[in-house]
Amino acid sequence: MPHALSIQNLTKTYKNGFEALKGIDLQVEPGDFYALLGPNGAGKSTTISIVASLVNKSGGSVSIFGHDLDKDLYAAKRCLGLVPQEFNFNVFEPVEEIVVNQAGYYGIPRKEAWKRAEKYLVELGLWDKRKGMARLLSGGMKRRLMIARALVHEPRLLILDEPTAGVDIEIRRSMWTFLREINRQGCTIILTTHYLEEAESLCRNIGIIDHGRIIENTTMKGLLNQLNTETFILDLSQPLMQLPTLPQHRLRWVDELTLEADVDRDVSLNQLFVDLNREGIQVRSMRNKTNRLEQLFMNMVDESRNTGVTA
Amino acid sequence: MSGYANWVALRTIVTKEVLRFSRIWIQTILPPVITMGLYFIIFGGLIGSRIGEMEGIRYMDFIVPGLIMMAVITNSYSNVVSSFYSAKFQRHLEEMLVSPVPNYLIILGFVAGGICRGLAVGVAVTLISMIFSPLSIHNLAITLSVVLLTATLFALAGLINGVFARSFDDISIVPTFILTPLTYLGGVFYSITLLPEFWQGASMLNPILYMVNAFRYGFLGVADIGLATSYGIIIGFVVLLYGVALFLLNKGVGIRN
Repeated sequence: MPHALSIQNLTKTYKNGFEALKGIDLQVEPGDFYALLGPNGAGKSTTISIVASLVNKSGGSVSIFGHDLDKDLYAAKRCLGLVPQEFNFNVFEPVEEIVVNQAGYYGIPRKEAWKRAEKYLVELGLWDKRKGMARLLSGGMKRRLMIARALVHEPRLLILDEPTAGVDIEIRRSMWTFLREINRQGCTIILTTHYLEEAESLCRNIGIIDHGRIIENTTMKGLLNQLNTETFILDLSQPLMQLPTLPQHRLRWVDELTLEADVDRDVSLNQLFVDLNREGIQVRSMRNKTNRLEQLFMNMVDESRNTGVTA
Repeated sequence: MSGYANWVALRTIVTKEVLRFSRIWIQTILPPVITMGLYFIIFGGLIGSRIGEMEGIRYMDFIVPGLIMMAVITNSYSNVVSSFYSAKFQRHLEEMLVSPVPNYLIILGFVAGGICRGLAVGVAVTLISMIFSPLSIHNLAITLSVVLLTATLFALAGLINGVFARSFDDISIVPTFILTPLTYLGGVFYSITLLPEFWQGASMLNPILYMVNAFRYGFLGVADIGLATSYGIIIGFVVLLYGVALFLLNKGVGIRN
């Protein structure tokens, strides 16, 4: 079975000479939920825009479910749904028309288009707003409208470029549930996001792009296993006057009711609690200081810059 | 896409375009009708009554075809240029660019939208003209074919302008500085036989002259220029502009980085 997305040696140099992509290779398997991460300006949106035929590539090849963009463009386009980073619908059109028209561009007859529009607008909580102009929607609703529009032709591959940017946590969580469900139904999803908790929660595989190159392409589990040390914040039951010294853990005093503890991967958390207990310290609650993926992401980007991989 | 799917896509674009200008008819349909009504009153009624006849025809009757054609030209052009540029500016042109709609269908869809607006305004102006001049059509086939071809030509020109436009200023430069002078000098208000010989020759370089004359022939049966020449010029420009528009969209000029 062909890859859902196959990118080989993809390059892009803009007219001003800026080299946005320096030879990207990437394969995404059918049914995957894939995170494409990278700092701002790393090349994520350029890659996505080339896949969606919105930007002309300088070199390399792209195929979607085996359909090469150069040889079989229309078949490739039929397989793809895109939710771009910026709002790109006519704000002076009613919500339902935006979705129905998009179906029309894919040759879906009007009757069927209305049925599908109803399905996705209901599922994404926009049915009550269907008659209103798109400009009257809130930011979160506009994002969901773009998802409904991208799904109306029922693509096999859905690319979402920061779909939850500026969306409140409640709506973000409901969007996660929705995306998990359509992925479960067989739709391959590629997601870019700056919320690394989102990528960690949703995605099975991950690629990290920086300065136009892929610097990591692996499974989420495999990547998280690379994290050698995790930092936890411990909220204490009683004030602590003096920082104890524990043999296997590095502790830092934040305030009299809060400690930070670095725990190595090969040391169990149980051991930390045994040691704290021995010192008479009672922990009321604990949490990760930063998202694990965020910690790894920053390490990798820093490392790639320091070692000159991107030069 | 299959033939049927292409038909659905084309119908979608055309419907969208027609709905777009219909929703804002106060901005798109009404103003040109009022403007042309004023032309009929001032040039045809007040001044025209002192001019008498042009080419043996009452002046009011003489200017009616030209004014209808002027409305069709400006509206078919401005509909497409503003719609296409807005779609670029708001980025909702991307809705079509990511979908499997062939470029030629995008062109046909926008152009059909421009033709519809041009014809809608043309019909409205014709109805207004009937207050001042009885409607008499010498040859319906010529009248309809010329107005349709002219609307197509200027809708294509508007699309090309929209492709190159980078700001809202760019979409008004051509209509203001090129289209309007050419239209006024294209024999809308006078017969070129009134001009000195040099300016008669210079007028022949103005393509709008051929359209106005062919359309006037359809209405009144009189024209300064032969019909075959007029059709040749109009069809030649339509083919040329379609080729240019298709080339630009295929290359992604102004729409794909």
